[in-house]
Amino acid sequence: MFSRVQQTKMQRLNELRRTSVNHLVTVLAIFSTILVLVPLVAILGYLIYKGASSLNLAFFTHVPAPVGEAGGGMANAIAGSGVILGIASFIGVPVGIAAGVYLAEYGRGRMLGNLVRFTADVLNGVPSIVMGIAIYALIVAKQQHFSGFAGGVALAIMMIPTITRTTEEMLATVPHAVREAALGLGIPKWRTVISVSLRTASPGIITGCMLAFARVAGETAPLLFTAFGNQFWSFNLNQPIAALPLQIYVYAISPYDEWHRLAWAGALVLIVMIMAAVTLVRIFANRGALKGGH
Amino acid sequence: MIQPGLVKLPETALPTEVAAPVVQSPQAPSAIRAFLHKRSAGRYADGAFGGLMLVCALSIFAIVLLIVYVLVANSRLSIHAFGWKFFKDSTWDPVSGDFGALPFIFGTVVSSLLAVVIAVPLSLCVAIFLLEICPKPLRGPIAFLTELLAAIPSVVYGLWAVFVLVPIMRDQLGPVLEKFFGWTGLFSEPNFGVGMLSASVILAIMIFPVISSISRDVMKAVPIHQREAALALGATRWEMLRMSVLRNSRLGIVGAVILGLGRALGETMAVTMVIGNHPDISKNLFAPGYTLASVIANEFSEATGDLYLSALIEIGLALFIVTIIVNAIARLLVWAVTRGDTQRAH
Repeated sequence: MFSRVQQTKMQRLNELRRTSVNHLVTVLAIFSTILVLVPLVAILGYLIYKGASSLNLAFFTHVPAPVGEAGGGMANAIAGSGVILGIASFIGVPVGIAAGVYLAEYGRGRMLGNLVRFTADVLNGVPSIVMGIAIYALIVAKQQHFSGFAGGVALAIMMIPTITRTTEEMLATVPHAVREAALGLGIPKWRTVISVSLRTASPGIITGCMLAFARVAGETAPLLFTAFGNQFWSFNLNQPIAALPLQIYVYAISPYDEWHRLAWAGALVLIVMIMAAVTLVRIFANRGALKGGH
Repeated sequence: MIQPGLVKLPETALPTEVAAPVVQSPQAPSAIRAFLHKRSAGRYADGAFGGLMLVCALSIFAIVLLIVYVLVANSRLSIHAFGWKFFKDSTWDPVSGDFGALPFIFGTVVSSLLAVVIAVPLSLCVAIFLLEICPKPLRGPIAFLTELLAAIPSVVYGLWAVFVLVPIMRDQLGPVLEKFFGWTGLFSEPNFGVGMLSASVILAIMIFPVISSISRDVMKAVPIHQREAALALGATRWEMLRMSVLRNSRLGIVGAVILGLGRALGETMAVTMVIGNHPDISKNLFAPGYTLASVIANEFSEATGDLYLSALIEIGLALFIVTIIVNAIARLLVWAVTRGDTQRAH
């Protein structure tokens, strides 16, 4: 048996141990958060610093200069990215939303619905480089040449699962009573889906589409063997076409300082475009939701 | 917020449907019959609309099947030529047409696992910090910053890694690691900065937001009563976290980690730019390596000969199968946790 004094002493020690472990963990958590924030701030800061100091008007108006020549820009790559992303959205957004509508409004609880949901998740996990070679084998190898169209299709396929799943989730938040009210008034189901369910969920769906867009906007791997890149102006969908992420990749691994400078400028432009798109549509979608409500 | 729009919509939808036949076709037998005609037309529209949605949903299914078919059909040459030996052989010689994928499998597995080992403790600490310790005004900005990391494209990470991370690895961190851990054989000269370790670090930075945000969601899903009970019994904050939060959410955290692993396995651009791209199997983490994804990125467009191309596509097929298995396990785990929660709530 321990004496009373010894017991209180042990209790004190135990308490001390417990509180010090607690403090240790707190300090550890704070320390690792700082440790993680350092590279983040470093990446963004360095990107802004290097990008802003290399950015000039020529970047937006000129095509790449030949090796060894100073100057030049990525005007064709910016335009090419626009074209590829346009094709991707044109195919990906309607198909993605329609598949989401099927999952939420028609396939709920059905075997087929679960199967499609699972396949969408599988597609979401496919590495982008694998998507690149699949589209290469499907389109490029058949046509015998690289094309902007193939790049657009590759990105569209990458957009579809994200849009499908967000659309489904957003439609699931629309209360059932609302759909029943519309159906009860004699409105056909297709009209109910379009004017009631989709409209109510539209801010969330638009945000989902934008996030999918932002995700594929920076993708390089699926474009390597599909859009391929181009040093000149081209809007021909049957020809290789330039894209901003591709151009950044090529310039980053090149041995020329001038090209490194352009790569930094391109990276900054790419990030700003992605962020601006996401933020703008978030604001727009929020305002739209408020307007729809009143 | 929702109701007014819902009341308004039927008002605009109904009158046009009912009133239109009466106004436009006065010769019609009766307004009711016209209305019924319209209704049956609506039924066709219903079927067509539902069918269209179904076709789009099935197209996802078709896409995945098509990808599998294309990958298998195009890698048949290499599958026939090498069989299972393809995954056990470590020679990669395009000139003599001898292909083995072992160095790439080694590179992918080691770089991804190392990235997970670096990222997991940090991500969990950040998740705990944001949930339990962080003062409220700081919580939003820090969470936003970590989400921002997820929006940065892979190629931009690669660019930063080439010009910032690689010099640091070569000149600052590398010598320190060699001095203290050189005896393990994991860190030995020559150190060029590009190599397995740099690739793992950049991968860790890239998968950190995934693991951190999902494990935060999973921890948040632990019922508040569990926390309160632990605290009421006199537990310190760490004891409460360990006993009620971490223990209840461990399956979901494992799921988050595996999702991060899946992301790391398929990551291409950033890894290709810093891993050194040399098919070596070496214990030294400073040595250059090669991954499944980066060999495709580097060699696919210059691959000459059908066998070479087909070997690269077989590598793509292997990558595809592995990532699908890893992702499926992760989804099942996360799904099991969230499902368990709803059951517990009842």
